[in-house]
Amino acid sequence: MTTVAAKPATKPANKPATMAQALGRALRDSMAEDPSVHVLGEDVGALGGVFRVTDGLAAEFGEDRCTDTPLAEAGILGTAVGMAMYGLRPVVEMQFDAFAYPAFEQLISHVARMRNRTRGAMPLPITVRVPYGGGIGGVEHHSDSSEAYYIATPGLHVVTPATVSDAYGLLRASIASDDPVVFLEPKRLYWSKADWNPEAPQTVEPIGRAVVRRPGRSATLITYGPSVPVCLEAAEAARAEGWDLEVVDLRSLVPFDDETVAASVRRTGRAVVVHESGGFGGPGGEIAARVTERCFHHLEAPVLRVAGFDIPYPPPMLEKHHLPGVDRILDAVARLQWEADS
Amino acid sequence: MTVMEQRGAYRPTPPPAWQPRTDPAPLLPDAEPYRVLGTGAAEKVDPELLRLLYAELVRGRRYNTQATALTKQGRLAVYPSSTGQEACEIAAALALEERDWLFPSYRDTLAVVARGLDPASALTLLRGDWHTGYDPREHRIAPLSTPLATQLPHAVGLAHAARLKGDGVVALAMVGDGGTSEGDFHEALNFAAVWQAPVVFLVQNNGFAISVPLAKQTAAPSLAHKAVGYGMPGRLVDGNDAAAMHEVLSEAVARAREGGGPTLVEAVTYRMEAHTNADDATRYRQDTDVDAWRDHDPILLMERELTERGLLDDDMKRQVGDDAEAMAADLREHMNQEPVLDPMDLFTHVYAEQTSQLREQAAQLRAELEVASEEAEEEAR
Ligand SMILES: Cc1ncc(C[n+]2csc(CCOP(=O)(O)OP(=O)(O)O)c2C)c(N)n1
Repeated sequence: MTTVAAKPATKPANKPATMAQALGRALRDSMAEDPSVHVLGEDVGALGGVFRVTDGLAAEFGEDRCTDTPLAEAGILGTAVGMAMYGLRPVVEMQFDAFAYPAFEQLISHVARMRNRTRGAMPLPITVRVPYGGGIGGVEHHSDSSEAYYIATPGLHVVTPATVSDAYGLLRASIASDDPVVFLEPKRLYWSKADWNPEAPQTVEPIGRAVVRRPGRSATLITYGPSVPVCLEAAEAARAEGWDLEVVDLRSLVPFDDETVAASVRRTGRAVVVHESGGFGGPGGEIAARVTERCFHHLEAPVLRVAGFDIPYPPPMLEKHHLPGVDRILDAVARLQWEADS
Repeated sequence: MTVMEQRGAYRPTPPPAWQPRTDPAPLLPDAEPYRVLGTGAAEKVDPELLRLLYAELVRGRRYNTQATALTKQGRLAVYPSSTGQEACEIAAALALEERDWLFPSYRDTLAVVARGLDPASALTLLRGDWHTGYDPREHRIAPLSTPLATQLPHAVGLAHAARLKGDGVVALAMVGDGGTSEGDFHEALNFAAVWQAPVVFLVQNNGFAISVPLAKQTAAPSLAHKAVGYGMPGRLVDGNDAAAMHEVLSEAVARAREGGGPTLVEAVTYRMEAHTNADDATRYRQDTDVDAWRDHDPILLMERELTERGLLDDDMKRQVGDDAEAMAADLREHMNQEPVLDPMDLFTHVYAEQTSQLREQAAQLRAELEVASEEAEEEAR
């Protein structure tokens, strides 16, 4: 048998890329692949969005595919509904978390329930990109963590990436989804960099799978979006004290990956939910309840929450006191009746 | 030397010349609602069109009275009657081609039926067995919208998408006078004008938003005047004159199709019945107000025109009446049948694929249903 020497595979070069670049690349690739994908929002054209995520799209695909709209969030999302009714796949950019609120009526009364009210006849494949969360020194209305509102609305998928690679994969999956997706972009991770290969980007398995970012044996930190790097840092810091923390990155709040989360907590017996948004009525309460229901007999301690305070988002100079940081996470871990020798 | 001295004497530069973006004059509505019936303009209308409008008006009125009766019998959860407004409803449906889209609000069941949807399916929402009883894409009729004015941006988006595809499709969106105060009304009109989307907005000004009269809704000279501020033409029309409604809407649809952009049409009409069966209209209006409109009934106006011109004889009148009766009988029969509902449908259409959370909840309901049916069987034994 003659073997032909395989051409040495030129390993594609990884380059440092930011999350914002990966998101932009996901939009570009989706638009190139599917002519029905349209991007619309405020300043998404010539400016490329205030975070530059849509940079270059209008130049490459024209203003009909990447459209600067009038300044009206309800109008942006409302017209996107009509566009989706006619067979397009609109990707809507909301400029900042708190500026998506004018569009809530459209989101909740129409986007989330069009499939349901038409008994499946009219699904709406709309992706609503919402930059969210704090830590960037933004003034009022530029740092809200609004995920609790979205996850309380049946019919929406709610996803949030924490890594450059997931940002690409999850956004591709969201745009490809036949259901509306609220795509929460952690603002303070926009400029986080990772080695990433834009020529061979990773797509992601279907929306709804959590991932263990760091395996551990002593307790599970359940988190998502902007708090993932904080939890990983906390886990590193805890190691010095003999604590071996597992970090689960949910990636998707709806659907919720009960399986991965419960499997982790059953292994470790202890859990802390970490997120930026307020604790009261926040996702942590729901997650703690689900974990308790599924893992009660495996739990060595109550499921704890480390969340933002239940206050309107504070001014920039005070936000460091509000955001859950490494110390607050470690405090919670200590409260899990930790036995140093285990 | 100061900067000022270097530059020479300070002379303010005049701002670049200001130009109005659009000449407002052609956009302004007429001073009086446009009329056709009983004027010279009626002679130019094709008699067949007048007869068709008449037949549809009669059918529409019968539909309204039948649906109202079904509410009293508990067959419908609610019915917002469009009695008195039939001319608007019929014209909205007939001004459109098959490829066009209709975006109705909750009061516009009649427009949906006149567009050709089966009369019973049109009542699905109001009967309460599901939200939308038809496939919107198949009929090119959006679901009846309950949140006011929220369907207007949808119409704009759809029309915009169709235009991008070069399909020559027009969207006609209906809203009440109260709905024009909502933010979505503003956003929709603004988007439509900026995008020059092929949309026609039809405001049925029937005098009231539940109990609130138009005077408390707006200080504008007319609702049609609002169009000018967006840069689109506003048309004021007699909403009880089916021929005028048909003409104005058809013109607006044609203009939109040819790339002329959106139009705002205000139909001046009157809501003859209460807001819905749950409303007590005597709390906010006098019977004498209602009576003043009786003489301006849309069917009466059309009948007078046709009779005076010898276009309507007793035979045709009887025929039209019989057809309407047959439709009503059919509707009664349909609505008196108990709907067949599958509770498991609750979980079927939330997402394309059920989440594990919904699968668990579906299993719970299935178990509950099994227990209930076993208990029922046992009781029967
Ligand atoms: C956003 C919203 N607010 C309130 C209501 C409750 N509501 C139903 S009908 C109505 C009055 C609507 O009046 P108008 O727009 O003039 O339409 P009409 O009923 O006269 O056809 C109100 C306030 C609603 N459906 N949607």
